[in-house]
Amino acid sequence: MDALYGYMLYGISLATMGGIYAVLTLGLNVQWGFAGLFNAGIAGFFGIGAYTTAILTTSATHRHIGGFEMPYIVGFLAAMLICGVIAYLVGKVCLRLRSDYLAIATIGIAEIFRLILKNETWATNGPRGVSEIPKPFEHWPEPWNQFGFLLLVLVVVAIVYVLVEVARKSPWGRVMTAIRENEPSAKAAGKNVENFRMEGFVIGCMIMALAGALMAHYLKFVDPNATDPLLATFLVWVMLIVGGSANNKGAILGAFLMWVVWSATEIVTSRLPDELAIRAAYIRIFLIGLMLQIFLQKFPQGILPEKRPDVAKSNGNAETKMAD
Amino acid sequence: MSVIELQSVYGGYGDTEILHGVSLKVDPGEIVVVIGPNGAGKSTAMKSVFGLLSLTKGQVLLDGEDITNTPPEKVVRKGVCYVPQTENIFPSLTVEENLEMGAYVREDDFKPRLNEIYELFPPLAEKRKQSAGTLSGGQRQMVAMGKALMLEPRILLLDEPTAGLSPKFRGEIFSIVKKINSIGTPILMVEQNAKQALSIADHGYVLVDGQNKFFGSGQDLLDDPEVAEMFLGGGKAVPEASV
Amino acid sequence: MADFINFYFIPGLLLGSIYALGAIGITMTFVILRFANFAHGESMTLGVYFAWSLVQITGWHPLVVMPIAMILTVLYALSIDRLFYKPLRNAPVVMLVVASFGLMLMTRSVIQFFWGVQLKSVLPGIQKPILVMDYLRISPKHMMIMASALVLMFAVHYLLTYTKIGKAMRAMSDSPELAKLTGIDTEKVVVATWVVGAALACAAGVFLAIDTHVETRMGFKLLLPMFAAAILGGVGRPYGALVGGLIIGLAEEISSYPFIGTEPLLNPGYKAGVAFAIMIGILIWRPSGLFKGKVF
Repeated sequence: MDALYGYMLYGISLATMGGIYAVLTLGLNVQWGFAGLFNAGIAGFFGIGAYTTAILTTSATHRHIGGFEMPYIVGFLAAMLICGVIAYLVGKVCLRLRSDYLAIATIGIAEIFRLILKNETWATNGPRGVSEIPKPFEHWPEPWNQFGFLLLVLVVVAIVYVLVEVARKSPWGRVMTAIRENEPSAKAAGKNVENFRMEGFVIGCMIMALAGALMAHYLKFVDPNATDPLLATFLVWVMLIVGGSANNKGAILGAFLMWVVWSATEIVTSRLPDELAIRAAYIRIFLIGLMLQIFLQKFPQGILPEKRPDVAKSNGNAETKMAD
Repeated sequence: MSVIELQSVYGGYGDTEILHGVSLKVDPGEIVVVIGPNGAGKSTAMKSVFGLLSLTKGQVLLDGEDITNTPPEKVVRKGVCYVPQTENIFPSLTVEENLEMGAYVREDDFKPRLNEIYELFPPLAEKRKQSAGTLSGGQRQMVAMGKALMLEPRILLLDEPTAGLSPKFRGEIFSIVKKINSIGTPILMVEQNAKQALSIADHGYVLVDGQNKFFGSGQDLLDDPEVAEMFLGGGKAVPEASV
Repeated sequence: MADFINFYFIPGLLLGSIYALGAIGITMTFVILRFANFAHGESMTLGVYFAWSLVQITGWHPLVVMPIAMILTVLYALSIDRLFYKPLRNAPVVMLVVASFGLMLMTRSVIQFFWGVQLKSVLPGIQKPILVMDYLRISPKHMMIMASALVLMFAVHYLLTYTKIGKAMRAMSDSPELAKLTGIDTEKVVVATWVVGAALACAAGVFLAIDTHVETRMGFKLLLPMFAAAILGGVGRPYGALVGGLIIGLAEEISSYPFIGTEPLLNPGYKAGVAFAIMIGILIWRPSGLFKGKVF
């Protein structure tokens, strides 16, 4: 009975983390799947979101700034707002150039944020991180508190999914697809490509901040490891590419699937003797990376390929201008 | 036998077909000019010789040898040189380095040829150590043509060599083209400045909507009232792309 | 003044040469293969570990075994190209960026698997600096690094200016399309790009390891400054990368000199941010960089 209860709790935590990753992956999908933008610093926006809500919602302490005991919703909104502003500034500099520059700048943002976390200990409590972050439903009896949080995460996933799905099918989403498919013809049709990209980038980053905020409340703790490019950037990329870029269902599927794979392999490797367990962890990263490469080369569409919202109509005669 | 012959070729980019059965040929020693309104497929026809687009039907023959859909890097090795309309030099390389790159596929000593090119284009000899990007528009064209000639090509393909040049330079380029031709290199040239181009051409083709419209000697085409009217009137415009 | 030169200028020059050598590979890959190679830092780390192992085996000086480490790094880069980049060469370029990002973590995990994560040293022991002209203090290892870096820079210069393949590399960085039309063997140039980039990355890494130590994140830490150096110099401009690297290295070190009062101008903890700030500045005001590079 106890064992069963343990499995159930494990299942809930798996689903909760999978859900948080699903939000992250949906955010990346808006950037990569819709707008074709490479964000190599997901971890940065994720971390900024986590720290923002942590500082706003914790109770007063001398360990770090903040301690305003604000309601969760304020934490969530502030996290999204701050990331939105940062994303706008980065976008302003990089979006008129090709995607590579954005990738370099975003990885830079993540690194700078990590430097701030490390150096400004008065504000962030340095490597020890921010703890005692309140968690919704934490006063409910076990396991209902866990269930409650899972429910919250799933509701957020559902809301984000519905919103990005509506966006994808809207005229806005169709223009995004047209830009990604054939930028010159979209430009020729008078679309302000840079603005559309900016919108995609900012919205994506705000969604990532929301995921970061959820994670902070879920773990009740956040430290500079939140900006680890492995867990918060790389894994998200693998999730989206495997699940199916430009397909929101694929993004969610990829997130849950890869989180289960990632966690399951951890169970296997953690049972190995110490020395081997540490090394096996690296093999795990290698294999996940290899999986990404295989999908990129052999199945670039992912498990659930993109479904086109009537692009053909608007994009059909675009190539004629190539002649001469 | 013709140096280059397109036999009723069809093709374009991706799913969009631009050439709907274009035929043309260049005989040894000739200058052949292709004219036509914007979007007629002139440059596309030339690019099809060079393997820059995939043809779905028809054949491209080089001295009778089938080179249909041969990729550009192999076409060069067969002695066909193509000078694109824009980005036809390496701006950060010196004039001499540009010419050397033109001889990249040559295994033998290219120095004698280099001197011939400098004799053909004296301004280049003076500026051999200068980076090509700093030259004037006309001199850049000389570098582009000189670079192509380094291979002693069997045929030279020129894509609108006078585009964007002032009338003074235009005349200069046409006389250079004639000079290159006079020492034995056949030339296939696409041009917007139809009148001047036809006046130095042995033969001319008029393409409209990816098909042959007129063919004749340069002088005949110049005298043809229909051709004259088409180019005075500017031809019909192609609808702009939309999304 | 002596302090400025000894503790800020010379270290800046040293760091700058390391960035410069690393950035050459970044800038050439960016323009010839058309993508920002995030795995470049990891080639550097791998090269350092090759060198470390060779030092353990032979007991020789790291600079002596460095050529062998360079060859091994080149072989690594070429096989990565064959296995992971070549299949994507006709795909949208951004796929290559994703692939390189994945390879960054894959390579690092392989390094961590084989060599572990503990700090190591390629040149144990502390060396006394030599006093030059009474107040200049230069340690022998720094002189060795500077001299070797100079030799490599001249080698690159010779390659690019006097050899056929070097000129073809420059031609292809001007215009890959025209290079193809001209009959330049572009696959050969791609191979040459990897060879030069990986060899220099390995050397830069070994220099850094001699100066400091060996650790698995060292290449990643250099990635941002190297990108910044490449963009500052102008993408596709190897000489730009050299100058850009030196400027970034000097700026990082000098930024913490106490110009005003006794406090460092900038908290040394933010050194890495200097490169980023310079990069953002150049992207805003002059995306083509100092030497009129490519802007994609």
